[in-house]
Amino acid sequence: MLADRLNALFRKLPAWPIYIVGPLPGIWLYWQGATGALGADPVRAIEHQTGLYALQLIIAGLAVTPLRGFAGLNLLKFRRAIGIMAFAYAGLHLFTWAALDMGLYWAQALGDIVKRPYITIGMAAFLLLVPLVATSNDRAVRRLGAVRWRKLHWLTYPAALLAALHFVWLVKAWPLEPFVYLGAVLGLLGLRVVAKGARSASRRKGAAAPSPTAS
Amino acid sequence: MRGHRPDLKWSDVTPKHVFMNRRALIAGAAGLALAGPAMAKLAYSRSDYSTPDAPTNLEDITSYNNFYEFGFGKGDPAKYAGALTTDPWSIKIDGLVDRPGEYGLDDILKGVSLEERIYRFRCVEAWAMIVPWIGFPLSGLLDRVGVQSKAKYVAFETLLRPSEMRAQKTSALDWPYREGLRLDEARHPLTILATGLYGEEIPNQNGAPIRLVVPWKYGFKSIKSIVRISLTDRQPETTWNALQPEEYGFYANVNPEVDHPRWSQATERRVGAGLFGGRQDTLKFNGYEEVAGLYVGQDLARDY
Repeated sequence: MLADRLNALFRKLPAWPIYIVGPLPGIWLYWQGATGALGADPVRAIEHQTGLYALQLIIAGLAVTPLRGFAGLNLLKFRRAIGIMAFAYAGLHLFTWAALDMGLYWAQALGDIVKRPYITIGMAAFLLLVPLVATSNDRAVRRLGAVRWRKLHWLTYPAALLAALHFVWLVKAWPLEPFVYLGAVLGLLGLRVVAKGARSASRRKGAAAPSPTAS
Repeated sequence: MRGHRPDLKWSDVTPKHVFMNRRALIAGAAGLALAGPAMAKLAYSRSDYSTPDAPTNLEDITSYNNFYEFGFGKGDPAKYAGALTTDPWSIKIDGLVDRPGEYGLDDILKGVSLEERIYRFRCVEAWAMIVPWIGFPLSGLLDRVGVQSKAKYVAFETLLRPSEMRAQKTSALDWPYREGLRLDEARHPLTILATGLYGEEIPNQNGAPIRLVVPWKYGFKSIKSIVRISLTDRQPETTWNALQPEEYGFYANVNPEVDHPRWSQATERRVGAGLFGGRQDTLKFNGYEEVAGLYVGQDLARDY
């Protein structure tokens, strides 16, 4: 089966190259900005693109579980690296805004975080990622225990939703792109609800019809 | 002499503005090597209304545009506006005017002396540029068509041609794009119709062949590729105002004290300033304090 063959391939591939390849687009983006290759407004271009990368990586991370449940693909070993890169791009996005876009206008920047809902929720999404990246290592998993660790990492769901809303909220008129991202997040969260429903249904069924060994 | 043709009239002699244009063309030819693609050089005079600030690069002014008829992206107009046919072009002038009609662009420009107006340009999205427009005061055109005493507003419309303006096939905005001014704003000497940029014919992505420029208002008021000008006694409906009235007012004067509901208008970023250009304070009326008299007694926080 294709899924088995792919899984065999995934088992052979290490996750560490993600940490090498992942930062390259960000470095390339800043290089282009510094050399004038990003057009008239490099700050806006970098801001936009780092935000998109963060959102895309969050969505990629969210896709891992449904891909296993619905397609039988096991990408679990790459998820931590994907998550950490998502955080890195969210951080670069925030840095670009604070340092290059807002420049020295710290009072306005802080005021905007409080007063402007789209900035508030973007900031909230970033803060939600902080405990996740802080516990994205084996020691933290051991210390917290698998159950508590998994519960903590449910924070990915509100973070993903807020990040997508942050994009939808800042645009003028109704361009399609931000809604595609919001749709992807909602879809991936929706699949979890479907999977959970299916699991509890089969559990109920299991309880109603006693297994042959018990009879 | 026998071969003499007696039916030549004075009007067959090359009109003055045409031969003046030719001279400018010849003079301009010297600078053409610098200008790159051969756009028609325009004859113009300098104006005291120009700001002394250094203009933004032509490259930046022509590659970073909001012209939603060609797409939402800042680069879309430069990419797709080439499809727009700007010749022939005419403007329908109607409503409360003495001489309504369909005016060809040549008619409109006949006898008009073009000026260079280097203006600050402030977008509602909090970025800014310095643009060396070539144009003429709107008030002159209004005088020529004869504004009736009942008229209080001027309404403008952009071309509706989905075959050439690709985003008009979508419902991104309620096409055609419409804007408007109060008559005293329209008559203010700072308000111009622009047909050029950097001494040459205005590129399509900047609103060819003729657009409005109102430098003390947010950029969306300065409607592009105009095909209709109507004088009305009622405040006309304008596109952004109709779409999101709490965010985009009819007046849309640049005002650092009145924020957009979703972002601050207190500061702006200068396009073309590079990666480390930072921010600068936004000035009331975009620095054109002389228009303050138009709004005496008006609460600009309410009439945003």
